[in-house]
Amino acid sequence: MKQLLTSLQHRTPLGWLQLRHDRGRLLVALAGIAFADVLMFMQLGFQNALYDSNTRLSRSLQTDIVLVSPQMRNMQFLSTFSRRRLYQTLDVPGVQSAAALYSNLISWKNPQTRQERQLQAIGFDPNQPAFNLPEVNQNLASVKLPDRVLFDRTTRGEYEKAIAAFQQGTPVATEIERRTIHIAGLFTLGSSFAADGTLMTSDQNFLRLFPRREAGSVSMGLLKLQPGADPQQVAATLRSYLPNDVRVLTHAELVKVEEDFWKSQSPIGFIFGMGTTMAFFVGVVIVYQVLSTDVNAHLKEYATFKAMGYNNGYLLSVVFEEAVILAVLGFIPGVGLPLVLYQLASKATSLPIFMTLGRVVFVLMLTLVMCMMSGAIATRKLQSADPADMF
Amino acid sequence: MTLTALAEKTQATETLPVIEIQNLDHYFGHGALRKQVLFDISLDINAGEIIIMTGPSGSGKTTLLTLAGGLRSAQSGSLKILGQELCGASAAQLTQARRHHGYIFQAHNLHSSLTAIQNVRMGLELHPNLSVEEMLGRSQAMLEEVGLGDRLNYYPDNLSGGQKQRVAIARALVSAPKIVLADEPTAALDKKSGRDVVELMQKLAKEQGCTILMVTHDNRILDIADRIVYMEDGRLANQ
Repeated sequence: MKQLLTSLQHRTPLGWLQLRHDRGRLLVALAGIAFADVLMFMQLGFQNALYDSNTRLSRSLQTDIVLVSPQMRNMQFLSTFSRRRLYQTLDVPGVQSAAALYSNLISWKNPQTRQERQLQAIGFDPNQPAFNLPEVNQNLASVKLPDRVLFDRTTRGEYEKAIAAFQQGTPVATEIERRTIHIAGLFTLGSSFAADGTLMTSDQNFLRLFPRREAGSVSMGLLKLQPGADPQQVAATLRSYLPNDVRVLTHAELVKVEEDFWKSQSPIGFIFGMGTTMAFFVGVVIVYQVLSTDVNAHLKEYATFKAMGYNNGYLLSVVFEEAVILAVLGFIPGVGLPLVLYQLASKATSLPIFMTLGRVVFVLMLTLVMCMMSGAIATRKLQSADPADMF
Repeated sequence: MTLTALAEKTQATETLPVIEIQNLDHYFGHGALRKQVLFDISLDINAGEIIIMTGPSGSGKTTLLTLAGGLRSAQSGSLKILGQELCGASAAQLTQARRHHGYIFQAHNLHSSLTAIQNVRMGLELHPNLSVEEMLGRSQAMLEEVGLGDRLNYYPDNLSGGQKQRVAIARALVSAPKIVLADEPTAALDKKSGRDVVELMQKLAKEQGCTILMVTHDNRILDIADRIVYMEDGRLANQ
């Protein structure tokens, strides 16, 4: 290592001097790399936001073990099972209480624009808080009144005026399935890809919104355990006790199932993975163009160096030196710009897009690999730097 | 025995030729297109000699020079540079051999991204036992010798043709090579600059005791040679 450092000091930083000499080309190269980095960051940011936003609802459930239908795909497509299974769980030692949760996607009219929008409606017994959301739990009394709902203030779309009006005390009403609905409170959860936002209400109000749903077929069962009971163990007992028309998951397993769904089953994960790959190859092509133009422009000088006794390895090291410098310099704007874009995107889409250290390291690695790959392709041109043929 | 040790021995005895060519043939192309360009060349060049090789275009002068410089691999016959046989040498051996002589081209071939002193320093970096300060000091001294002490940090684009060629000479001579090979070093220069350049080469060669093998068409500079070799159709003619 020390030897390497001394030899680096000994050596003229030819790659850097070459890059610095042609400022225009350097700027184009850096812009290209930054562009590829920004693309990768945005793709990965959206991808992560998707996973985060779609597990946010399941993560905020206040429960130890859940029962869901075997048909369940994710929190928006829960399907239903018989409420009878919930009562049966009370036979199992360790289970303290079981509550029903109803969920469905609905179209509602945006109170501000009167446009129909798709939200997820969730109903549960207001006497038993189902979520770890203080704003929801404080307002549970108000949804006991008919046609009152709690509204997610971070729902995607134009709701600022309606929210402002509500906060000033003006009653805000809108329409769902020809019923007039009043907003009775606000909370913060955030939108997901599947739904613009969430409405929460009592189980009774939920069944009013969906007259065809029966109280006996529930979307999810929320079990609370007695203090000291082991969720894994109780879940195992429940699995053997209940028929296989319900699926028993601990809270952590539920979050995992949802995340896995979005990672593997949805096309969205694939799309963003593809987007990242495309950005990577766009970067490879841009850096290759710059490096190969640079090698071409200096072929004569390189041939001269060979005539002086420099070997191929030396010339390779110059090209790779350029590649690494480009990667590092291009990464600086490439990581700075997404920080701003994340803020903008997060405001525009209400998705939880933010930078993580892991992603910074990952994209830096990708950038280095990208530039090294381009460098490796560009060095093929070095073979034509033959002093015997050139002079 | 290492090359440097051999070189020292050569210098000490003075009688051993630094370039020893015997019955050298060379061919270009393969198969039916194979064409002989050098025929039975035999030439000995002693240490400290300045040899000018002249002759019409296509007579094989440059080919012989590139063979002597280790830029091509010799095919048949014998070609000994500083006592090392280059006929049939591997690419790595050729690369190693190139480090022991300076090569001056028709075009200056300076690196446009490097200043004059950085270009000259590139001629020293192949010799790893020099510190950075030593390299810079020797490069600066060499540039002062060629009269460019006030142009150390100029880029080649800001130097005249003669100045660039002088930087190229400084680069070739900075490592004090035993042999300098020059391929029409005055071709791109006007009469005065051309004359200055060869006189400079002659002066430095005498100071450092190095041997010069120069290919040229330029009649105006023939007088600096100790010996003139005439080449025609791939054969050496009697001088």
